[in-house]
Amino acid sequence: MLAPAIETARETRSAAPVLEARGLTLDYATERGPVRAVDAVDFTIAEGERLVLLGPSGCGKSSILKAAAGFLPPTAGTLSLRGRPINGPGPDRIVVFQEFDQLLPWKTVLDNVAFPLVVARRKKKGEAREIAADTLRRVGLERVLNSYPHTLSGGMKQRAAIARALAASPDVLLMDEPFAALDALTRLQMQRDLIDIARETGLTLLFVTHDIDEAVLIGTRLHLLSAHPGRTITTLDASAFDIRDLGTAAFETVSRKVHDTLFGRTRAAS
Amino acid sequence: MTDTPAFDMASAGETARRWRRTALRVTRTLWFRRIVVLVVLAVAWELAARWQSNPILLPSFLEAFTAFREASLNEGLLAAAVASLSVLLKGYVAAIVIATIIVSIAAANSFVRDALQTVAAMLNPLPAIALLPLALLWFGLGEASLLFVLINAVVWPFALAALQGFEGVPETHRLVGRNYGLTGAAYVRQILIPSALPAVISGMRVGWAFAWRTLIAAELVFGVSSSSGGLGWFIFRARNELYTDRVFAGLATVILIGLLVEAVAFRGLESATVRRWGMLR
Repeated sequence: MLAPAIETARETRSAAPVLEARGLTLDYATERGPVRAVDAVDFTIAEGERLVLLGPSGCGKSSILKAAAGFLPPTAGTLSLRGRPINGPGPDRIVVFQEFDQLLPWKTVLDNVAFPLVVARRKKKGEAREIAADTLRRVGLERVLNSYPHTLSGGMKQRAAIARALAASPDVLLMDEPFAALDALTRLQMQRDLIDIARETGLTLLFVTHDIDEAVLIGTRLHLLSAHPGRTITTLDASAFDIRDLGTAAFETVSRKVHDTLFGRTRAAS
Repeated sequence: MTDTPAFDMASAGETARRWRRTALRVTRTLWFRRIVVLVVLAVAWELAARWQSNPILLPSFLEAFTAFREASLNEGLLAAAVASLSVLLKGYVAAIVIATIIVSIAAANSFVRDALQTVAAMLNPLPAIALLPLALLWFGLGEASLLFVLINAVVWPFALAALQGFEGVPETHRLVGRNYGLTGAAYVRQILIPSALPAVISGMRVGWAFAWRTLIAAELVFGVSSSSGGLGWFIFRARNELYTDRVFAGLATVILIGLLVEAVAFRGLESATVRRWGMLR
């Protein structure tokens, strides 16, 4: 489904982490005052790494991603991109949301992908469209370049959203449960394709999910969080696993281990 | 619209069946049904008028149609329509501009938003034409009074619809725009306006219908703003002179213009934008 590598893996620019969180604490304002969503979380993402934030609902994983995108300012602690603190949203961190309506309905698929290149990367429209068409071909959407998003299936919309993020070549790609609203078969295909793309382009990824198998598949590293408020439980290396390992004994072992770490502890406590 | 591919060895029965299917499909189309309704109405009108046989109370359809042609050519019906439309356009454009300014402020300031909602709710049950006596008192007999009533008829419903449109912009669209670093005017132009467009167009449509009705009603009360009167005035004058067929011709013109703007301007605008984008079905 995917064309062979067009872009070779980016060379490592420096040893400094691309994205770094230090003592990150996030609060949500509610009617009854602020509620702590995330409490003193630390993590780093190096160039080419894929960090998965994994935890039950209420663990603040999406809040961390919003903070990394610059939509939510930290209450305490710091978030920095290549050593510079994050002060607000910007096209160096493109987000892929879970919602299908993230594609702008008034633009064709091609123009949706070209849009961030024009407004954020200051490219000319023609050049932006060429890059957009290339990227869309890479995710297998060459047949719908000039269609409007409402004519696409859910899976195709998410593909287009991923293409839009890739085309903008951000420092780090932020994905907030992008496959959660898809059917199981489409999800599996998308996960496979995302890993292939990540291998080809060496992209740096922060991925949020509550699906353990998805986390082990996609992540090179897993960051497990507990709920209310979100606190770090542990960090695991998952770089050895691949789509081919799905269902093997080693994969199951790691999955179970993650599961027990996330839920076994709470069960023992309650 | 029919698909009759080239075929060989088609029997007569097959052709007849094909025709029946085509005929059936035609009867299901909207324009066919509309034409049927119009024809039925015209025939019923013609019969009723002939049976009643008093052209001063009820001229027949054909008489009205003749009067329509005559009045368009010789009696200044077209000029009256143009006069009405020019006042309407002035008032409509002014109202949209004013409403846009109010909505921009309301979108940024919650006090102004609540104020707008309160004022609009107050003026909503009041027919705009009810302000005409006051307008005449303040601005005198003339175009200014018509414009005042017109603007009042359009500003509030349009402002409310547009405000709702902007407030209904999905969070995801907002986040996508901010993610690309869009702020200020560029953010409004590239994200908020297109995303709110279905509500904005629907507000323009409602505003147009209000404006057209209000204007005709106002012209019935007092018609002459300068040398030429509008359509309302044409109807009023025809009634005074007992040219009932011309009254019908005037009414028909009001309906025709209303339908034309609706079917061509607004429908066309929608098909070119929000329908094409799947934001409206």
